[in-house]
Amino acid sequence: MAKLNQLTIHALRDLLDSGQVSPTEVLDACLKRIEQVDPQVKAFITLIPEAARARAKQLEDLGKDKLATHSLAGIPFALKDNLCTKGILTTCASRMLANFIPPYDSAMVEKLEAACAITIGKANLDEFSMGSSTETSSFFPTANPWDLERVPGGSSGGSAAAVAADEVIFALGSDAGGSLRIPAAFCGLVGMKPTYGRVSRYGLISYAPSLDQIGPLTKDVTDCALVLNTIAGHDARDANSVPVEVPDYTSFLKEDLQGLRIGVPREYFFPGLDPRVKELVQKALLRLEELGAICEEVSLPHTEYALPVYHLISTAEASSTLARYDGVNYGYRAAADDLDTMLQKTRTEAFGPEVKRRIILGTYALSSGCYDAYYLKAQKVRTLIKQDFDQAFAQYDLLVSPTAPGVAFSFGEKEDPLSMYLLDFCTNPLNLAGLPGISIPCGFIQKMPVGLQFIGRPFSEGTLLQAAYAYEQSTEWHRQKPDLDNDCI
Amino acid sequence: MATDYEAVIGLEVHVELKTKSKIFCSCPTTFGGESNTHVCPGCLGLPGVLPVLNRKVVEYAIKAGLALNCEIAEFTKFDRKNYHYPDLPKNYQLSQFDLPICQQGYLEIEINDNQKKIGINRIHMEEDAGKLVHQGDNIARAEYSLVDCNRSSVPLLEIVSEPDMRSAEEARVYLEKLKAILEYLDISDCKMEEGSLRCDANVSIRPRGQRTLGTKTEIKNMNSFRSLQRAVEYEIERQIDAKEAGEPIVQETRGWDEVTGVTLSMRSKEEADDYRYFPEPDLPPLRIDRAWVEELQQQQPELPAARKERFIQDYGLPNYDAEILTNSRALADFYEASCSLYPNPKVVSNWVMGELLHLLNAENLEITQSRVTPERLAEMLQLIDKGTISGKLAKTVLEEMFKTGQPPQAIVQAKGLVQITDESALTIVVDQVLEANPKVVEDYRKGKGKALGFLVGQVMKQTRGQASPEVVNRLLKTRL
Ligand SMILES: [Zn+2]
Repeated sequence: MAKLNQLTIHALRDLLDSGQVSPTEVLDACLKRIEQVDPQVKAFITLIPEAARARAKQLEDLGKDKLATHSLAGIPFALKDNLCTKGILTTCASRMLANFIPPYDSAMVEKLEAACAITIGKANLDEFSMGSSTETSSFFPTANPWDLERVPGGSSGGSAAAVAADEVIFALGSDAGGSLRIPAAFCGLVGMKPTYGRVSRYGLISYAPSLDQIGPLTKDVTDCALVLNTIAGHDARDANSVPVEVPDYTSFLKEDLQGLRIGVPREYFFPGLDPRVKELVQKALLRLEELGAICEEVSLPHTEYALPVYHLISTAEASSTLARYDGVNYGYRAAADDLDTMLQKTRTEAFGPEVKRRIILGTYALSSGCYDAYYLKAQKVRTLIKQDFDQAFAQYDLLVSPTAPGVAFSFGEKEDPLSMYLLDFCTNPLNLAGLPGISIPCGFIQKMPVGLQFIGRPFSEGTLLQAAYAYEQSTEWHRQKPDLDNDCI
Repeated sequence: MATDYEAVIGLEVHVELKTKSKIFCSCPTTFGGESNTHVCPGCLGLPGVLPVLNRKVVEYAIKAGLALNCEIAEFTKFDRKNYHYPDLPKNYQLSQFDLPICQQGYLEIEINDNQKKIGINRIHMEEDAGKLVHQGDNIARAEYSLVDCNRSSVPLLEIVSEPDMRSAEEARVYLEKLKAILEYLDISDCKMEEGSLRCDANVSIRPRGQRTLGTKTEIKNMNSFRSLQRAVEYEIERQIDAKEAGEPIVQETRGWDEVTGVTLSMRSKEEADDYRYFPEPDLPPLRIDRAWVEELQQQQPELPAARKERFIQDYGLPNYDAEILTNSRALADFYEASCSLYPNPKVVSNWVMGELLHLLNAENLEITQSRVTPERLAEMLQLIDKGTISGKLAKTVLEEMFKTGQPPQAIVQAKGLVQITDESALTIVVDQVLEANPKVVEDYRKGKGKALGFLVGQVMKQTRGQASPEVVNRLLKTRL
């Protein structure tokens, strides 16, 4: 029989609600697993086992009936370490914030606390979410539970690895260009980037504010719907949050796709795509047709510009958003005799190379004389990319593509930043257009998971979940687990 | 012959809006207070906190725009102005760059009875920075500096004029009129000394008749209307002298030194920042509903120009009186309150504009700080009418009222200032004076009219100014 930490939210709910297991037992199974595998996986920057145990105890005292009224009661989870937690270290995997303890909780913490879920710790990421492998973390890289020699993807790599290694039941991450979906694909999980504005960004330490969106990393589609039910919704503290009603996402979980029109964007099958990934995606398309969907090729002609546009806009926003880290009010401060030296030394010493690279690129893109040619032009092309999607969605309910161009690679394999940036080829256009996307497992290449991406209209998370669920239920991919026990003795 | 130069002046004015809460968070905007007590993670620039726009700020900006005859944008947005300074917690300021909320308005000023329109280029909303407290004279030489974020994110309007002013006096009058309008709108305290009204001046000169603009300098650190006028006057002279001496005028920022009365170079344009403006991604752009603008237009209060017109019409005041009285909302309110209690508009105007303003100016006080209330002023004027005190005595009474805040009646009694109208008492004094000045009496009888004045003066002196001048005059004439 499976261990408690290996179960999904919905499986655990049944056990918890009926009183067969207690929150403490579930938590203990997770903590034991962390103790056992995290020295190798290194998913966490900060663990708070005592606080988690106290919370589990508190929930038990409520009694199982009362607990059952809360959607995620007693479920242990991890937060990407760019989500602020009151009184708990929040580092963004940067030396800059290595000592930063926020005096406030992010909206996500409030929502999950209200749903009676249990925070276990803060998960590793690429420094300030700038990366696709979690290798740019200032502290340590996280390993992929399917192969400890490989990266888990990024930037929400710690969150994904923690779920894939069964250290937690689910995790939250953030996605500015693929940071939830790439790790989901690399670690064999379900990862959703909701519509921009669907989930409050209050308390998310931003990388690129117009692109960032928070979402769940879960073991299956049902869990994704359950977490989304809890975290979605309007928040007056985030001006970009949209007051669209939140449906019960589990009501979309049907195994039938009769009449669903699916577009397959030709441009997403680009030369950099691993042919084995392409083959698995094509097989998945056949399966979707078997389930009743109509799949047709469609064109999104401006796709090739998405990557440069994404990097111009994200780095421009980041160069300004990260300007606040100067050693004056909080965070790292270098010792120096005068202000300018202090500023320079602080930023030189506390930011890693990828962050510096993006700050410099972004500063350049915004500087006078370059603004029109780079930033402004990028914004114009961003509109064209959105229009591509609008046209496609006039004909199709959903689009389907690969998530990542290949499987997880080995540490240090992609030293050239450009080859790393290519990983987001199929994921970042969604961020530019503000659209929701979900990545689910669609097979394996030499024991490494491959992800399939569904793309939807704004606020069509329900349709995405429907398609993802129907596909998932017709496959066994999501039931496979990495064989970590032999690696971690 | 020396060239005749013309000055070209434009003003950039920052006003703090008196909304209850800050522009992007709910902290209070109250001036003063212990350092860093009116702060939250938002205005401290902590990571992860997002700006939420205070609707009241937009409302106030529209009100200012309407009062200054501006076009109110249908579509406007906030931009990030990027620069590093330790008083700016995010190291960027949320401001408005290419789509300000108001554009293309004007303000009418009056100089020597001539009306002149000064163009308003734009009005935009932005957040204020915090404040640095240096342990030492400035950030470079301080042993250490502390950051106070109470002022951080307090809402500001920046009101930029066209370079339409031609003299330092016009600049001062423009600023006074602008202040008056903002006060009437009740959207700012407009206190220059507290920094809720700040003004920078762009100054250049050109030979009269030339159309192209000369190189301009930006003047900062002017803390009163008077220093604005002095600084601009100085700067115009300095630029003319430089031109005449064949020296170039450098585009730069200059600081006004109140003590020495000169402007000094702060930094030249070469070192100027590139602010890398771009739209604030954390705030969606704003659509300003026309119905809302219409509604605000309906709610606009009476503004200085309209009130001045009314003062001329309803109170029969001369243009000059009406201009001065309406240039401050509080002063105009004071005047009207006084008139309602003592319905002789010109008399009230004379006292308010004369004695009262004189006393206030001497102490550098605002009318709102005056201990003399409209009620007390009216009581005092009634005492004159009753003959209890003379106009001359009334000045002394007013001074005392101003100092102590006591009612005029009490002052008159306490100081024994009541006018002596008792003829028998005064006859004795008059006789004494006539007896003591036979030569003057003779002069008068020979036809020297002036001699009477001297004799009246002597009687007043004997009675410590309390004798009724009317009675004294009459008594003297009958006896002579
Ligand atoms: Zn605040």
